[in-house]
Amino acid sequence: MNKLSDLVSRISAALASVFTFVALYAIFIVVPPEQKMGIIQKIFYFHVPAAWISFLSFGVVFVASILYLWKQEERYDQLAHASGEIGLVFCTLVLITGPIWGRPVWGVWWTWDSRLTTTLVLWLIYVAYLMVRAYGGNRGPRYGAVLGIVGFLDVPIVYFSIRWWRTIHPPPVTLAPSMVVTLLISLVAFTLLYLCLLLQRVAQERMKDEIDWLKRQER
Amino acid sequence: MGFLIQLRVLLWKDLLSELRGKELISMMAFFGLLVLVIFNFAFEPGSAEAAHLGSGILWVAFTFAGVLGLNRSFLLEKESEGLQGLLLSPVDRGVLYLGKLGGNFLFMLLVEALILPFFALFFNLDLWLLLPQLALVAILSTLGFTAVGTLFAAMSAQAKSRELLLPTLLLPIVVPVIVAAVKSTGQILEGRPLAEVAQWLKLLLAFDLLYLVVSFLIFEYVVEE
Amino acid sequence: MDWAIQVEQLTKSFGHLLALRGIDLRLRRGKFLTIFGPNGAGKTTLIRILSTLLRPTAGRIEILGMDLRDAGEEIRRQIGVLSHQTFLYNNLTPMENLKFYGTLYGLDHLKERIELLLEQVGLEGRRNDPVRTFSRGMQQRLAIARTLLHDPQVVFLDEPYTGLDQHAARMLEGLLGQMRSGQRTILLVTHNLARGLGMGDEVAIQVGGRILYREERGKIDPASFEERYFHCVEEGPAWDS
Repeated sequence: MNKLSDLVSRISAALASVFTFVALYAIFIVVPPEQKMGIIQKIFYFHVPAAWISFLSFGVVFVASILYLWKQEERYDQLAHASGEIGLVFCTLVLITGPIWGRPVWGVWWTWDSRLTTTLVLWLIYVAYLMVRAYGGNRGPRYGAVLGIVGFLDVPIVYFSIRWWRTIHPPPVTLAPSMVVTLLISLVAFTLLYLCLLLQRVAQERMKDEIDWLKRQER
Repeated sequence: MGFLIQLRVLLWKDLLSELRGKELISMMAFFGLLVLVIFNFAFEPGSAEAAHLGSGILWVAFTFAGVLGLNRSFLLEKESEGLQGLLLSPVDRGVLYLGKLGGNFLFMLLVEALILPFFALFFNLDLWLLLPQLALVAILSTLGFTAVGTLFAAMSAQAKSRELLLPTLLLPIVVPVIVAAVKSTGQILEGRPLAEVAQWLKLLLAFDLLYLVVSFLIFEYVVEE
Repeated sequence: MDWAIQVEQLTKSFGHLLALRGIDLRLRRGKFLTIFGPNGAGKTTLIRILSTLLRPTAGRIEILGMDLRDAGEEIRRQIGVLSHQTFLYNNLTPMENLKFYGTLYGLDHLKERIELLLEQVGLEGRRNDPVRTFSRGMQQRLAIARTLLHDPQVVFLDEPYTGLDQHAARMLEGLLGQMRSGQRTILLVTHNLARGLGMGDEVAIQVGGRILYREERGKIDPASFEERYFHCVEEGPAWDS
């Protein structure tokens, strides 16, 4: 099992770097800039995949949390923890790239747009997730699992409440075929990167646990 | 039907204990009142802005008072390890959750009823005719707030930094409840018909049902080891 | 004769900390066993697992012939736990506390039963005063009434003497003696040699998450037992090899 995940991790790392180069080439050399927004629209190819990865990783947290509560096996907790951390990093990227994109388009850095606001609430929920893990003592993993479940179920409700609260829609982007292909390449590159990071992080957690265990044996 | 008797006696214990001390409700209500006053200084809203600003101020007061109350709700069980006593008795953990939720829900609703007259007074509002609509919004919002809040309070009661942990966990999750409560209260204060706030009420109902079921199922894992 | 408690190869770990390292324990119905052990021996952990509050990491446990994993709620109906924590509500009176717990257990003739128990523990005169006005000793007596309220078949006692003065401790001892009516099985864990050696059928020593010694009380002499106990505590788990 360990060997397999190590192999998958290596392969995904290699593929991720290949796809990242292809994606960068497509984004900056091949695909033409968007007519109205110009060069700034290129951030779209990073913004959307980052958003996708944060949703994906919080989804993984959700599933792993249910499995952890159900089966009480440590590996599900390690998976949830690793995915939660990575998800928060990508969620932060969304919150950074969003305003950079929004500034020339909306004229302000921040606007309480429904998607941006939902992402902000999501970010707050998963900061709380990591906090309860860190400060919950030896019940931290279990409390984290509870928040991993409750938090993910909240996402659609948050989204609808914010959409009805504020209805500023971002300008519709009509995508040319070359743009769609570029976005897809970028999505694949980000997903492979996620897989690689996730496996590395889980392996790290496992190693940390083993070291803790060895330390205790010595005493 | 045994669980209904258990539920009733769990609720009876919390209400009677609070009736003897009156500590929780009086502190919650007073704190809520303070929030109302402080916000009036901060924004100087007149009655013209009551619908716009007032509904927000009112729900901030309710929310803070609610967090305060939830923080204390499991202290009753902690002081002589009553929670262990409860866990040792042949009661389903879901029933324990509902018992605790019932107490928290009633306390928070009572506190809201105590704060509301002061809100009407400070904003020079005549709320008599709007009372049924406001009560409906308050009941649905408070149920959602305490449904998640009771679950998280059971978690934070056993952690070291409990006073800080509860709002950290709870407030992001209840964003939809607060948005829905503020918006619908504002629309009701503007004198709009109930049909216009129906979509908010549906959202609140969905939130309530979802988290009642989820918390009922998960509570066991929060209190057991 | 059947077993009240059967434990096989019970282990419990908290993360990497091994609290129980393979406990084997059997106790016949109606017997009284006292387990001595220093702080950190895992005594409370053992009681908490046997009383369904903690899940075991590994091992098989039967209480009154019922598997702990399947029959948690039924087992809870048959056991009582008395610890140094009273599990009482300070704002409620003895009557109300007992009525609360009695209703949770779904007991019949609750009122008569409460009256009888309050009389037994000598609190009938204080039945309507809030528990917070009680002394530690009185609270512990009320906790005994709470423990026996549903007439449990098996009673676990976890350091019941902590925080009691001499007088209250003697009274408690008398009440614990009365507890042994009928076929009630009692398991007491304590670090207090002086208190624990005075009663029960058997004694055992638990150190470092293992049970190292067990003997009938009638066959030991207190002075040599004390020596053996301290030897076990100092040598730790290596002693049994």
